[in-house]
Amino acid sequence: MRYVESLNMALHQMMRDNDRLYVLGEDIVDPYGGAFKVTQGLHDLFPYRVLSTPISEAAIVGVATGLALRGLLPIVEIMFGDFLTLCADQVINGAAKFSWMYNDKVEVPLTIRTPMGGRRGYGPTHSQTLESMFLSTPGLTIIAPSEFHDPGNLLKAAVLHTHSPVLFVENKSLYPQELRLPNDQLRVGDFHAITETTDKLFPTVTLTLSPDKDPDATIIAYGGMASLAANVAHDLFMRDETCIEVVIPACIKPLPDLTASVFRSGKAIIAEEGCRTGGWGAELAATLTEQCFANLDRPILRVAALDLPIPSAVHLEQQVLPSQADIEKAVCTLVSS
Amino acid sequence: MCTGDTNNSSIREHLFLQMARIRIFEEQAFELFAAGELSGTMHACIGQEAIAVAAAESLRTTDIVISNHRCHGHYLARTGDMAGLLAELMGKQQGLCGGRGGSQHLAADNFYTNGVQGNMVPVAAGMALAEKVTNSGNIITLFVGDGTLGQGVFYETLNIAALWSLPLLIVVENNQYAQTTHISDNLAGNISARAAAFGINSRETPANDVEFLLEPFRTAIDYVRNNNIPFVLVAETYRLCPHSVRDDHRPAAELEKWQTHDPLTILGNRIALNRMTELRHTARVDMQAATAAVRQMTAAVMEKTR
Repeated sequence: MRYVESLNMALHQMMRDNDRLYVLGEDIVDPYGGAFKVTQGLHDLFPYRVLSTPISEAAIVGVATGLALRGLLPIVEIMFGDFLTLCADQVINGAAKFSWMYNDKVEVPLTIRTPMGGRRGYGPTHSQTLESMFLSTPGLTIIAPSEFHDPGNLLKAAVLHTHSPVLFVENKSLYPQELRLPNDQLRVGDFHAITETTDKLFPTVTLTLSPDKDPDATIIAYGGMASLAANVAHDLFMRDETCIEVVIPACIKPLPDLTASVFRSGKAIIAEEGCRTGGWGAELAATLTEQCFANLDRPILRVAALDLPIPSAVHLEQQVLPSQADIEKAVCTLVSS
Repeated sequence: MCTGDTNNSSIREHLFLQMARIRIFEEQAFELFAAGELSGTMHACIGQEAIAVAAAESLRTTDIVISNHRCHGHYLARTGDMAGLLAELMGKQQGLCGGRGGSQHLAADNFYTNGVQGNMVPVAAGMALAEKVTNSGNIITLFVGDGTLGQGVFYETLNIAALWSLPLLIVVENNQYAQTTHISDNLAGNISARAAAFGINSRETPANDVEFLLEPFRTAIDYVRNNNIPFVLVAETYRLCPHSVRDDHRPAAELEKWQTHDPLTILGNRIALNRMTELRHTARVDMQAATAAVRQMTAAVMEKTR
């Protein structure tokens, strides 16, 4: 199953099973079915609960917040994650605050789905990875499924079981990808997959090629970067049996416990598609340093986008966004020294 | 002078008492602030009480009210909960939001406020949609000030409210000042034309005579409820206190002129002097009781944690 199909099926199933669910977004009505087709077919089946909205991101999120405060389960699609800037007040000063600010008198079960990420040539305002801007928003959960998670299951967990605002980030390069889910033998291709069980809603998946050995290094990556990190781990193992564990959280805020592999490897590389400065990697590196300092052999390295707008031209975009080669280089820096 | 259908003296006295309770609450809040017992800031509604009271008298308890930074009057008219609001302003855990919200971030049954201009406007529309799709028959009354009309999300929401036929009554309390800036330096065109641009009907009304104001409110509320569509009621008023604390630079002559339009004076002139004195006394006693209750709660908590 493809990433986009998993999301689409989850939406269909939830809409069918729960009439409190509402889906709001721009251009989501069929036959168009949304810019990335995640909502395709929904409006035909549930015309009164799938609401195509004007181009008014702030109002859409506010309206959905009002629905949530009154006991409904709204899912908002923001067509491009870049447009989250337009609804930042609604998220930061509204939805994410209400429950705590009103002394836990209310719940805001609001889910905001949005595609993020580049590598499609969409240029400076349609390619960004902006979720790190919301890391310092108390009350907000941020979920970012990789191709090693079932994004539909994560979406169900966000909508039905979180009871508080969730920013659900879909890396747009993953939409057409076939999911790479662990099989019955807990294998993903050559990898062994360990799915941690402490957070059943939003589990972290760890991929390794030699489960009985302490890893030489740990790469922590989420969303689209997880695929590149897995490729690096595979390539290096094939080349000289360097053993890399790839730790892939589904939940990026609040930070889950990502220390287990780092304790065993003593070397950590954090790979993200967003800008380096003030990024998720910065937050995680600081946290890991607090948690694992005595076990770290080397400084934690970050692989991230350059602090530049994302260019439209493909060759320029490639220079700005973090590549598989960038991750490999960082791993080799830590492992060889 | 129009006195509406409230010649019944008990209704008139009830309206006066409601306004007097808000007035005394706000006056005492200023005193407590000066005494250092309230921290942060607050936005009183002295001079605008008639709007809060006329709205509360005209709505059902199941209707939803959404207010803004200047929300004490709306809350008190709706709930009568002087002690809960005072405790909240004083940062006590017995406050209606445990001291987390403070003056401008309140929530109670069917009542919500927030401190960012315009932030609650689409939220109100969302609640209106929720009431509509659940066929509850309830409407949403959203209070904004003239200053809020500078926010873009207000217009995004007018568009959606009209497009989706939402039962949303938007009350623009036009007190002519956005904080310290006069409306003539803030607002192009006029307010009703803004609603008209979205096909939303509106009405401008003087808003300091609470008896007079009942009719515009009842008409607007019935219109929204019966037609399931939005309406804009522009309530022309004036703030007889600073925007927050110690920040009033308005011309003295202008203030003096509006003092003669004080809602309590307007209604008080229709009530026998001895009754009015009694009603003011009742409001003061209510406030004293609320204050004593808050102090007692605090003392009890301190005793418990000692």
